[in-house]
Amino acid sequence: MSTAIADLHETPADLGVNYLNASYGIRSWLLTKDHKRIGLLYLATITLMFFVGGTAAVLMRLHLIEPQGALFEPETYNKLFSTHGIIMVFFFLVPSIPATLGNFLIPLMIGARDVAFPKLNLLSWYIFVTGCAFALYATLSGGVDTGWTFYPPYSSSFSHTHVVAVALGVFIAGFSSILTGLNFIVTIHKMRAPGMTWFRLPLFIWALYATSLIFVLGTPVIAITLFLLGLERILHVGIFDPAVGGDPLLFQHLFWFYSHPAVYIMILPGMGVISELITAFSRKKIFGYTFVAFSSLSIAVISFVVWGHHMFVTGQSIYAGLVFSVLSFLVAIPSAIKVFNWTATLYKGSISYQAPMLYALGFIGLFTIGGLTGLFLASLATDVHLNGTYFIVAHFHYIMVGGAVMAYLGGIHFWWPKITGRLYPDYWARVAAALIFIGFNLTFFPQFVLGYLGMPRRYAVYPAEFQVLNVMSSAGASILGIGYVIPLIYLTWSMRYGPAAGPNPWRAKGLEWTITSPPPTENFEETPVVTEEAYSYPSSGVASV
Amino acid sequence: MTGLIQSGLSSVTAGAAMIPLQPPAASTIAGGVDKLYYVLSGITAFFAVLIFSIIFYFMVKYRRRSDDEQAAPTHTSMALELTWTIIPSIICAVLFVWASALYVRNARPPAASNEIFVIGKQWMWHIQHPEGPREIDELHVPAGVPVKLTMTSQDVIHDFYIPAFRVKKDVLPGRYTSIWFEATETGTFHLFCAQYCGTNHSQMIGWVYVMTPTDYASWLAGGEQTESMAQQGERLFSQFGCGTCHVSGGSGRGPSLSGIYGKPEKLQNGQPQVVDEALIRQAIVNPNSVRMPGYEAIMPTYQGQINEEQVLQLIAYVKSLASEERTNGK
Repeated sequence: MSTAIADLHETPADLGVNYLNASYGIRSWLLTKDHKRIGLLYLATITLMFFVGGTAAVLMRLHLIEPQGALFEPETYNKLFSTHGIIMVFFFLVPSIPATLGNFLIPLMIGARDVAFPKLNLLSWYIFVTGCAFALYATLSGGVDTGWTFYPPYSSSFSHTHVVAVALGVFIAGFSSILTGLNFIVTIHKMRAPGMTWFRLPLFIWALYATSLIFVLGTPVIAITLFLLGLERILHVGIFDPAVGGDPLLFQHLFWFYSHPAVYIMILPGMGVISELITAFSRKKIFGYTFVAFSSLSIAVISFVVWGHHMFVTGQSIYAGLVFSVLSFLVAIPSAIKVFNWTATLYKGSISYQAPMLYALGFIGLFTIGGLTGLFLASLATDVHLNGTYFIVAHFHYIMVGGAVMAYLGGIHFWWPKITGRLYPDYWARVAAALIFIGFNLTFFPQFVLGYLGMPRRYAVYPAEFQVLNVMSSAGASILGIGYVIPLIYLTWSMRYGPAAGPNPWRAKGLEWTITSPPPTENFEETPVVTEEAYSYPSSGVASV
Repeated sequence: MTGLIQSGLSSVTAGAAMIPLQPPAASTIAGGVDKLYYVLSGITAFFAVLIFSIIFYFMVKYRRRSDDEQAAPTHTSMALELTWTIIPSIICAVLFVWASALYVRNARPPAASNEIFVIGKQWMWHIQHPEGPREIDELHVPAGVPVKLTMTSQDVIHDFYIPAFRVKKDVLPGRYTSIWFEATETGTFHLFCAQYCGTNHSQMIGWVYVMTPTDYASWLAGGEQTESMAQQGERLFSQFGCGTCHVSGGSGRGPSLSGIYGKPEKLQNGQPQVVDEALIRQAIVNPNSVRMPGYEAIMPTYQGQINEEQVLQLIAYVKSLASEERTNGK
């Protein structure tokens, strides 16, 4: 991807001098301190990781076409789902929107020339790549079979796979999250342009601010947890394995203390993107700005106290179960508030349906289903039946793929003209959005039914009565796979051949749309002065009929 | 690969008319869970349809008609914000109370439950009935009688899951967990491991056979194994030489075990603790952590020399030592 970007400067100079062609050569990329270029470095890296994780998913779904397993030994299947989960969670979803769009857009949106600590920003990319290298090394040299959850004592005392290498990769990548979060928090606090008050910030910024808080507060816990796991695995220090005096549930408490907030690391930035898309494509100010902004913060806070809902069937006490259940219901409310506010924003808007808006609407639909099915799992009595089954798999894919990935793709399509200065073919983008929506639902909706029927997750072979639903799911996965490859093709094509986009192809509001596309290296020649609230679209004052 | 897809497709066409949508419901717990499940499904469908219809309506009605069209101004409404905050909160509160009440009821076994013991081991289920019979990957239970399973693992974390009964609980190494159920109809039902436990996790499955109480009684009597768990435990007790110190009457170097089960005992650390399965297990694998006052720390650990099944048999034996014996011993 980065070579294709480097090619840009060979095309006619219709885009002027900008951050992409201001300097040439591989060094100018690998030593860049420009937040925009660092965003693109992340984009290339996580795109690679996405297709690695996606390949594992496609192989899994092919295998599950037959009850006795069509392709692999159970051992290989176990490694595939572990690789899929680890790569997708830690090396794609967690950095996805923050590290790419966040890096690219935060300074542009708040009227700054860069993030607060540009060198730290580059360092965090190198740290991330190092983490990726460990994970890929472990995958290629035999893989890991613990699942992305690394539950001991299986992971610490029983698995014969590359647990330490992968855990080290996740551990290292965590520092990248912490540094990025720190950078964003300071940038948002200290580098806003004159007049850019907190309540004039785009909601994308609020969402990333909330996300950064979780990065900084949550990531150290997973780092410590994985460190302890490595200690037990290598030196047999009794921490989690009862055979050497440890407590296996301690790991789960620590793991979910990070990993539940991590779900919101994945979805909060997506929510921020959706607020931008809905307003831009209905040319309308957001409905309930403060409610949407504060719902992001309250989600970030409450997300730290709901981890126990992953452990309702572990033998955790009934009273702990009750407390975590009520808190889990509570965290659903701010998400509901967001959905209602987005819907209300559409009222009497001027709505157009270019590709980014299709992704946004797809997000609302899939996130709504994902959120509502979360109620089944916050409810103690039904969770007992559904926990550990395909219902869980379906639920979190509706949130993390139907939600986070749809928002990520919507954001990439929305800001692509700003990032590259060029337009992609909208027709193909709409086709891809439709294929992804259809393929996604066909893949994951049957899994809700499978889970209710009782099919446990992480099964390499399964009873024959579950086959029809599994085949439906696999068929959907093939459509979904095609849907993800199409954007890769036309976006790559557009980097070289796409027509020039101009500064503001969507006629959207926001400081990033006031400068040329692609932006100049210093972003703003003069520091902008902000005089109006976010999303101040001109309005007709009369209801359109 | 083509053959694969073809076989997949043919099974779709063959099965399209009979896609299963509901698991069998065969315990007293299942009905309540299903009712809540369907109400949750109804709420999900209602809100999904509501939001989708509103969005679809707005999409059509307010579609952009000309490139220069402007939207109407946004009027924020506190009343609306409060409405869509309060209504979901009320729904969530009702769901919480309902689901929790059901859960608390489902979590507590009736006092008169039949007890059966389960040991998870990569990758099989060992089942032991107190009367003696042992099974692997099969569980025979009587219908209409509450059954309590006390479970532990020999190695990693497993999870004992019977979908037809809507019960599930992790099976952990180093501690006991339990579930209970009362089967309502005879038949054969799936038994799954629902916590990933390694290579053959997906083959750690079996069947639950629900029989009439009469059939169950004759099944229990029909097996070759005639020694009860307590009798097996008694043999282990003498085999390991436990009786050398644990003399009934209290004159030995270790405390008398007669009638000790279920009684609160004061431990060396000052805490009174009820002697239950977990405490007896701990006393066997890590004796000094639960030493009673007045006794020296001379008991060796039996960890590694004794498996979880034998621990359960020893516990059954200790439980069988009637309390009268203790009184008589004094």
